[in-house]
Amino acid sequence: MTWEIVIGLEVHTQLSTNTKIFSGASTAFGAEPNTQADAVSIALPGVLPVLNKGAVERAIKFGLATGSHIAPRSVFARKNYFYPDLPKGYQISQFDLPVVGQGALTIQVEPLSGNAKPYEKTVRITRAHLEEDAGKSMHGDFHGMTGIDLNRAGTPLLEIVSEPDMSSAAEAVAYAKTLHTLVRWIGICDGNMQEGSFRCDVNVSVRKPGQPLGTRREIKNLNSFKFMQQAIDYEVQWQIDTIENGGKVHQATILFNPDTGETRAMRSKEDAHDYRYFPDPDLLPLEISSEWIEQVRAMLPELQQQKYARFMIELGGDSGLSSSDIRFLTASREMADFFETVLAAVPKDAKMCANWIMGEVSAQLNRDGLDMAQCPITARQLGGMLQRIADGTISNSGAKEVFRTMWAEGGDADAVIEAKGLKQVSDSGAIEALVDEIIADNADKVAEYRSGKDKLFGFFVGLAMKASKGKANPAQLNDILKKKLEG
Amino acid sequence: MIHSSLTQLGAALRAKKISSVELTQSYLDRIAQLNPKLNAFITVNPEMSLAQAREADTRFASGKVGALTGIPIAQKDIFCAKGWLTTCGSKMLHNFVSPYDAHVISQFNNAGAINLGKTNMDEFAMGSSNETSHYGPVKNPWDTARVPGGSSGGTAAAVAARLCAAATGTDTGGSIRQPAALCGISGLKPTYGVCSRYGMIAFASSLDQAGPMGRSAEDLALMLNVMAGFDERDSTSLQREKEDYTRDLNKPLTGLRIGLPKEFFAAGMGSDVAQAVEAAIAEYKKLGATIVEISLPNSKLSVPVYYVLAPAEASSNLSRFDGVRYGYRAPEYGDLADMYEKSRAQGFGAEVKRRIMIGTYVLSHGYYDAYYLQAQKIRRLIAQDFTEAYKQCDVIMGPTSPSTAFKLGEKGDDPVQMYLSDIYTIAVNLAGLPGMSIPCGFGANDMPVGLQIIGNYFDEARMLNVAHQFQLATDWHSHAPQGL
Repeated sequence: MTWEIVIGLEVHTQLSTNTKIFSGASTAFGAEPNTQADAVSIALPGVLPVLNKGAVERAIKFGLATGSHIAPRSVFARKNYFYPDLPKGYQISQFDLPVVGQGALTIQVEPLSGNAKPYEKTVRITRAHLEEDAGKSMHGDFHGMTGIDLNRAGTPLLEIVSEPDMSSAAEAVAYAKTLHTLVRWIGICDGNMQEGSFRCDVNVSVRKPGQPLGTRREIKNLNSFKFMQQAIDYEVQWQIDTIENGGKVHQATILFNPDTGETRAMRSKEDAHDYRYFPDPDLLPLEISSEWIEQVRAMLPELQQQKYARFMIELGGDSGLSSSDIRFLTASREMADFFETVLAAVPKDAKMCANWIMGEVSAQLNRDGLDMAQCPITARQLGGMLQRIADGTISNSGAKEVFRTMWAEGGDADAVIEAKGLKQVSDSGAIEALVDEIIADNADKVAEYRSGKDKLFGFFVGLAMKASKGKANPAQLNDILKKKLEG
Repeated sequence: MIHSSLTQLGAALRAKKISSVELTQSYLDRIAQLNPKLNAFITVNPEMSLAQAREADTRFASGKVGALTGIPIAQKDIFCAKGWLTTCGSKMLHNFVSPYDAHVISQFNNAGAINLGKTNMDEFAMGSSNETSHYGPVKNPWDTARVPGGSSGGTAAAVAARLCAAATGTDTGGSIRQPAALCGISGLKPTYGVCSRYGMIAFASSLDQAGPMGRSAEDLALMLNVMAGFDERDSTSLQREKEDYTRDLNKPLTGLRIGLPKEFFAAGMGSDVAQAVEAAIAEYKKLGATIVEISLPNSKLSVPVYYVLAPAEASSNLSRFDGVRYGYRAPEYGDLADMYEKSRAQGFGAEVKRRIMIGTYVLSHGYYDAYYLQAQKIRRLIAQDFTEAYKQCDVIMGPTSPSTAFKLGEKGDDPVQMYLSDIYTIAVNLAGLPGMSIPCGFGANDMPVGLQIIGNYFDEARMLNVAHQFQLATDWHSHAPQGL
């Protein structure tokens, strides 16, 4: 009999506010230790928290984007425990009354093995709550002591908790990736996993089908999708082996070691803290009016799935973009925005836009290790170049050269075309003269062609192109050549 | 000069009969002379005070002055003041020099008042006798064998002994009113949210409120004009129009309805206290007030409710004192847990530890509902009692404290007896109402008795009027301790 895997995720997303959730200190990453630790971050005696409305606004955005309930009244609570990087001795979080309630996220699952086909699944969101991040303990060279950096202390987090609706590592990774795309799409989190802006805790348990839920273990702080998959695979196998060997899984918090690919227990349930949650008397209950929700709704961009659906209607169909094209072009907000800006320049040539973005642009980005936001050619510039293809100013091969130049040196297409002399020859007189010359010089081949050797047509095209240094308008050249050869 | 009111001092300064430097120096001299006997101040810093006084004197030259410009005001050592040692009465903060000003402190600075020094207090404001201070107990100027009350005992003793004209206090369960009563001065705890708590070291955040302590209602009104006001750095600070608390001082009391809660006049109150309070009520009748008997049926639960909620909040508020970033750290320790344990064991006194333990217990898993949640429910019932009562009366009166000042050490072994000293004051904090205490006579051993006046929300101006009219008709507030 097989085992059923049950997975739920808790994801900490760092909200992209400029200042901390309860003070005016900066949240910028990478500053010198403690240079962004103000009186509130250090928890000096007597200081008080004041809620950053920007953090609430981002939580509302998330709630709206996932169709979640947004609580008209939620409460900040203190989670009490001692740790040197937790300056107040408690973390301000939300406990029984979170800002965002139940919602859902639809994910596309790409099975990791076998020939299984991609499928869609809906994962329920239990809740999302606002809280402050802790500082960092630094175990570097401090004469045998530990250093504390409180720059991160008080950075706003939205902790997004899912129901245990995922039943494979592939589903968990798909959910995390979808969430990662979403929070960046709606602009509430930069999604930078190396800098810890998006951290996942994964709860894993196994059971026989039909049986009650097994005991779960929580893998903490996964900051890459690859590690998440490896950690889940290892943990699932460990739990199955443990049970099949007659052992028992005990509730525990565990860490994944990417070097060994193994998970290891950090603390068991027995040493679980009693956090003594209670409502923070320094903060009033958070009240969110329906007006505020509507204001935020108006700021919300068109969401990924909405955009996908609209593109399918407007640009799809037999002669248009395929669903996989559209999936690619709506993979991220940057990609979709880029595509739409390019498309605005040549609204009738969606396929050409898609081909360039999915082809040249993606290939160059890959080669240079850049992401869409760092693309050296702006969408407007690329649109300008595509206009020149569409109006026949440059040929496709000429466009490739223009593109390479723009990529390397910058500048608008028109300037590059001018500088490089890549303007196509569309003057029929000039092309006719050129064709006449070729026909005169190659009488034997012309005779062969006229006696039925059609394949020689390409030979003539090649000669004509060479003679025009690649600048002859190919369509025009074809017409003229055909007419003269058959003439 | 030392018996002058704030109004008189302000007038003398503005008329240049005295400079702020001279006035400040005269108080500093008096502190130097009497503080060894009273221990009312933890910190005096003549250099800093006189520097402020010199600056104030230049303000008189420029003409931009307010009611308190140039007047030395003592600050309870619970308020963070930039450059000043701020201990909160604890060894834990024995070395903490604040890098910033509490809102209340900056309000005084902006008004041109002089910080005369930091007054002694019960450790983290936990106490009713000032005996829990790490810096030694404060002595009552009326009898130095007796306590001044607490937790604002240093302030109360300093004002009573004329070591300052007025000073600040804070009140979580009676910490302004009870020491004011025991030292024969006036003190006002405003409505919760009137004075910003920013920079006031937290004991129990939902109850703590700063307020003025002085020798007369008029002085309190001038003080409150400076202390009150919205502050965006405190989310519980109330956004209201700025008020002039002196505006109603001279209104007649004709038609004033005074509610007397029958629960406050039952067993438990000393007969000497009862006598003085009843005489004061009789005086109010003469001033045109009518008396209404009211009931606050849930007020008997105030003390137990308070001793769940206040320690719960305190146990969390005091977690930041861990020896990591500032304050006391044990000189020797093993690992991290050992550093926490030793630093907190050595840095906190017995009463603070007791309350941290009570608070930790009531918030613990499995006990929270039975204690904390239940206490919150009763807290609402207590507040409702007052709302009902104010349908029948304008102010409520009664004793501030069940007895006059007791002897040092007298209640040291029995925390519950000590907690009962606040039996009449605590309900006011739980309800968030304004309350004050004014002197209304003397009891056994010639120790002062306080009359408590409890107002409806934001009724401070009326309470000050009620107190001021009494002080125009009587002279209890102008008695000063002799033989110091």
